[in-house]
Amino acid sequence: MKTIKDIGIYGYGAYVPMYRIKNSDIARVWGNDPERVPVKEKSVPGPDEDACTIACEASKNALLRADISPQKLGTVWVGTESKPYAVKPTATIVAEYLGATPSINAADWEFACKAGTEALQGAIAYVGSGMAEYALAVGVDTAQGQPSDALEYTAAAGGAAFIMGPSEGSLAEYEGSYSFVTDTPDFWRRQHEHYPKHASRFTGVPAYFSHITNATKTLCNELQREPNDYDYVIFHQPNAKFPMAAAKMLGVDKEKVIPGLISPYIGNTYAGSAMLGLSAVLDVAKPDDLVLCVSYGSGAGSDAFSFKITDKIIEARERAPNVKSYIARRVGIDYAMYARYREKIRM
Amino acid sequence: MSVPRHWRESKRRYRLLGTKCKSCKKLHYPPRTVCSSCKSRDLEEYQFKGKGNIYSYTIIRNPPEGYTFCRPYAAALVELEEGEIVTAQITDCDLDHLEIGMPVEVVIRKLFAYGESGIIVYGYKFRPILPRK
Repeated sequence: MKTIKDIGIYGYGAYVPMYRIKNSDIARVWGNDPERVPVKEKSVPGPDEDACTIACEASKNALLRADISPQKLGTVWVGTESKPYAVKPTATIVAEYLGATPSINAADWEFACKAGTEALQGAIAYVGSGMAEYALAVGVDTAQGQPSDALEYTAAAGGAAFIMGPSEGSLAEYEGSYSFVTDTPDFWRRQHEHYPKHASRFTGVPAYFSHITNATKTLCNELQREPNDYDYVIFHQPNAKFPMAAAKMLGVDKEKVIPGLISPYIGNTYAGSAMLGLSAVLDVAKPDDLVLCVSYGSGAGSDAFSFKITDKIIEARERAPNVKSYIARRVGIDYAMYARYREKIRM
Repeated sequence: MSVPRHWRESKRRYRLLGTKCKSCKKLHYPPRTVCSSCKSRDLEEYQFKGKGNIYSYTIIRNPPEGYTFCRPYAAALVELEEGEIVTAQITDCDLDHLEIGMPVEVVIRKLFAYGESGIIVYGYKFRPILPRK
């Protein structure tokens, strides 16, 4: 898919909470092998943080990099499955915080781990069709894993925000995107349930790998490229292993995946995952580099995006903290404090 | 706090939005309708930059109802770059290593919530300046 107008990423911003719990500590509590864990540690939101506060800081960082007035934004779209309110948009709070109200389209988007990139596709269409000069899309989650479940090791917190705008003056030109969706029930959460359920090994081949590889191949065909033609490739990161396996299937050198691979240090930030990986790549990429970003959301679908970095990135990236700074700001907590912060103790 | 009052005050609390006196240039937070210095009524909105230093602080170990989810926490007087002093919680910090004069920056956080079913009140807090890598 391509837009009518030439557009690009005008600003991007990230946020990761500072608390970390080691996977070995979670394994210790539940009597599992601390050596056989999916990631080293995962981020935990502080007691006064939620998807809304994370979206606010990531969006503010994106606005600093875009260096535009918040009143110029046409959308504030927040993709998340951890809405603080079941009914009441997170996006209105973010828009008010940024100073983007009242001439704004604000809404929350939901599509499991690809809610943020779904909103990004919308922002691309909004700007690419001329409905707005700039559009903000955020991917954020404070994911919850049921105690002792396999997902508890990776369900983490973080988010990233992207402002799409005209190609001229952008940090990365938009080359094209593609969405691949099927009805695949690999992971879900019913109304009033605290924790999601999943279909264990079914989440692999028919879900994650099928959608990621199909989305990647189709976009590459449309752009007459091979996946390995890119300088950086970001895949959704439910753990440390899956993105590397997807890269191998698609013939992408692992060195091209590692700069955007952050799940080993902070876990799976769900709707924030691929977008935080893309932010980490934008923190280091050089002008003219080609970047491919492919998300995955259970249920299921993948969004694939192709960007070409411009020379504007050099100056803009310095206007806000990079992903590395947030990952380095780290305070380890034990399972007891984690249980309190994540409200796992019900009284 | 009632829902309408929260709504009336949310903008200033989310964004640290104050007022500036057009005649004597005095800044105020919270915003005022009459200048505390020259009594002028000719005021305009002023967006504080959100950076400052801890002027003084205390550790709250017995918080009022609704604030226990953050216990213990630091409540501080923060002297903003512009010279005004505001009261705020310090978050994301090591309570044993807070110091008077410590540089801090504004963030938005959950202040409190009206139980499981009421509204969530967001507002400004300060944190130690994020080190850049």
